[in-house]
Amino acid sequence: MSMLVLENVHTHYGKIEALHGVSVEVNRGEIVSLIGANGAGKTTLLMTVCGTPQASSGRIILQGRDITHEPTAQIMRSGLAIVPEGRRIFSGLTVEENLHMGGFFNTKSEIRKSQAHVYELFPRLKERENQRAGTMSGGEQQMLAIGRALMSRPNMMILDEPSLGLAPLVIKQIFEIIGQLRDEGITVFLVEQNAHQALNLADRGYVLETGKIRLHDTGKNLLENPDVQNAYLGG
Amino acid sequence: MAANNLRHALFCAIVTLIISFPILGLNLEAKGINITLTGAKTSTYVAIVLAAVVVFVFQIFRDSFMGVLGKLPNLNPLAGREPMEQSKRVKLESWILTGIVIFALFWPFLVSRGSVDLATLVLIYIMLALGLNVVVGLAGLLDLGYVAFYAVGAYTFALLSQYTGISFWMALPIGALLAGLTGMILGFPVLRLRGDYLAIVTLGFGEIIRILLNNWTTLTGGPNGIGGIPDPTLFGMEFGRRVKEEGNTSFHETFGIAYASEHKIIFLYLIALVLAVITALIIRRFMRMPVGRAWEALREDEIAARSLGLSRTAVKLSAFTIGAFFAGFAGTVFASKQGFISPESFVFLESAIILAIVVLGGMGSQLGVILAAIAVTILPELAREFSEYRMLIFGAAMVLMMVWRPQGLLPMRRIHIKLNRQE
Ligand SMILES: Nc1ncnc2c1ncn2[C@@H]1O[C@H](COP(=O)(O)OP(=O)(O)OP(=O)(O)O)[C@@H](O)[C@H]1O
Ligand SMILES: [Mg+2]
Repeated sequence: MSMLVLENVHTHYGKIEALHGVSVEVNRGEIVSLIGANGAGKTTLLMTVCGTPQASSGRIILQGRDITHEPTAQIMRSGLAIVPEGRRIFSGLTVEENLHMGGFFNTKSEIRKSQAHVYELFPRLKERENQRAGTMSGGEQQMLAIGRALMSRPNMMILDEPSLGLAPLVIKQIFEIIGQLRDEGITVFLVEQNAHQALNLADRGYVLETGKIRLHDTGKNLLENPDVQNAYLGG
Repeated sequence: MAANNLRHALFCAIVTLIISFPILGLNLEAKGINITLTGAKTSTYVAIVLAAVVVFVFQIFRDSFMGVLGKLPNLNPLAGREPMEQSKRVKLESWILTGIVIFALFWPFLVSRGSVDLATLVLIYIMLALGLNVVVGLAGLLDLGYVAFYAVGAYTFALLSQYTGISFWMALPIGALLAGLTGMILGFPVLRLRGDYLAIVTLGFGEIIRILLNNWTTLTGGPNGIGGIPDPTLFGMEFGRRVKEEGNTSFHETFGIAYASEHKIIFLYLIALVLAVITALIIRRFMRMPVGRAWEALREDEIAARSLGLSRTAVKLSAFTIGAFFAGFAGTVFASKQGFISPESFVFLESAIILAIVVLGGMGSQLGVILAAIAVTILPELAREFSEYRMLIFGAAMVLMMVWRPQGLLPMRRIHIKLNRQE
C-alpha cells in the first residue's frame, strides 16, 4: 500500500527545469532515503511534494489522493509533515510555542498529548521549554524542528538533511529517533548527504542525479553498489 | 587613528558649512517681479560658524560620546530579562496599563478644556497605532497607506450622517466594518507582495483613496470637506445647548445642571478612552489566540509557517483586516470630534506619524505603543514655540532612538501562552 507516489514529476523554477520526470514510491511504514549530490534537486523534490513549487507535469498521490494541484496549506494539513532544510524554527518564539505552532490545527487535548510525547522523545526540549528557540544549539534546534513536525500527528514525515552541521553524537541520536518514528508507524521519507547512515537505516533508497532518478534499490543493496560507493560513500 | 579622526571631523564641519550657508545665509527676496539675493544678518553667520565648530568638536569626541550614550542607564525597568520572568513582566505591564487607564479616567476633571481635547486626539492616535501595530509589529507587513482606512471610517460617518442622518453609535460599527472590508479588498491583491514592494503599493493605495476623496466632489465635497457631523449622544441625550435631533433630550436639562461646553468635550474624551481600552483589550486577546501566534510565525519564517499548513494569504489578510477595522473605529471618533473633515486630514504624513509611533513604541508592545503615542502627540504641543522645528525634533528623536534603543522604547515582550495542564 503506497503512502506517497510521484509519477514522472517535472518541476520548473521559471524556465529552468530542476526535476526531469521523477518517479518515486514510498510505502506505508517504510523509511525511504533519497541521496544525491548538492544541487541534484533533492530539496526541490521534497518541496514539490509540499506544493511549493508545484509540479509542472506528472502526478503526486498522497494516501490515495491526487495532490498535484492542491495548495500547500491544504497538503500540509493532510497527515504530512516536513522538517525543512536548515530547520527553520521560529527563533523568536519559545520552544513550547514552536511546538504549539506545529499543532496549529489540532485540539488542545491533542496538542497536550503530542507535546508530552515530543518531550519523551527529546527530554532536552522539556528542559528548555521556555527558552527562546533561536538561542538553542544547532542540535537542539534540529530536535525542535522534528518535534514541531511531530505535533500535527502526521502519518508521513519528510526530513530534509536533518544531520546537516551536527556533531556525530547528535547525528546518531537523530537517526535513532527516526528509526523510532518508523516503529510508531510513521512513514519516513529522508533526504541525506550522510549517505552511509541514511541507507543503513532505510528500507529502500533512491539516488537522484541532476534532476533524474539514477538508481533505486533496497538500502542494503545500494550500500553495496560500487557506483554508489564511489560517488556517495567516499570510495 | 587620531589624525584620521581629525580629518573626519574637519570634513564634517566643512559639510555643515556648505549645507547651511546657502540655506540660512542667503535669502531670496521678491522685489516687485524680480527676485534678489540678499545676505543674512551677521548673527546668522556667527551661528553657522558656531554650528560647524560644534559639529567639529562632536565628531572628534564622537566615540566617547557614543560610548556614554550606550551606557546610559536603561530607563526601561522591564528590559533585558529572560523568558522565565515573562509572565511577571506581562503582569507588570498589565498593572501599568491599568494605572494609566485609571489616571486617564480622572484626567478631564483635573485639567483645562484644551488639554482634554488634546488628550482625545492622543487616544485616537493610540487606537490607530494599536491597530497598525497588528499589521506592522506583529504580522510584519509594512503598510504605508494605513491612513486610508482611517479616512474610510471618518468619511463613512460623515457621509452617512449627511445623507441618512445616522447617529454616532450606529456609525461606529459601520465605519469600522467598512474600513475592515476595504482592508480585506485592498489586501487581497497586494499581500502576495513582500517587504518594500508591499510598502510601495500600500503607499499608493493610501494616496489613491485621498485623491478619490478630493476629486469625487459630488459625493464628498472634495477639498471643501464635509461639515455638520453630529456629536455622540448619551442614551438619546445631546450635549449641545439646544437639542438638534427630534426625540432627543439635552444632557444639561435632564440633569438639571447649567449648560457647559466642557460636558461635550469630556464626554467625547471618555468615549475615546473607552474605545481605546476596548481596542487594546481586543487586540490583546487576538495576540493570545492562535491567530496572533500565526502572525508572528509567518513574520519570523514564512516557509516554515506554510509548511505547518498555515495559509499565507489568510493569515496576512486577517492581520490587515483587523488593523483596518480599528483604523475605521478611530476615524469615526475623529470625524465626530472635529465635526468637519476633509481630505487634508488624511495625508501621507499621517500614516508616517502613526508608523513612527509604532516603531518608537517598540514594534509589538502595547504599552510601548501607548507611551509613544502620548509622546509623539503631546511633545509638539508642549513645544509650540518650536513648531516650525517639529520635524527636525522628530528626526533627531528618531536618530537618538536608533542609537540608544534600536528596538524601540519597550521592545515587544511576547505574551507567553501556556496550556493549562490540569484541564
Ligand atoms: N528557488 C529557486 N529558484 C531557482 N532555482 C532554484 C531554486 N531552488 C533551487 N534551484 C535550483 O534547482 C537545482 C536543485 O536545487 P535543490 O535545492 O533542490 O538541490 P539539493 O539537491 O537540495 O542540493 P543540496 O544538497 O545542496 O541541498 C539547483 O540547480 C538550484 O540552483
Ligand atoms: Mg537541499
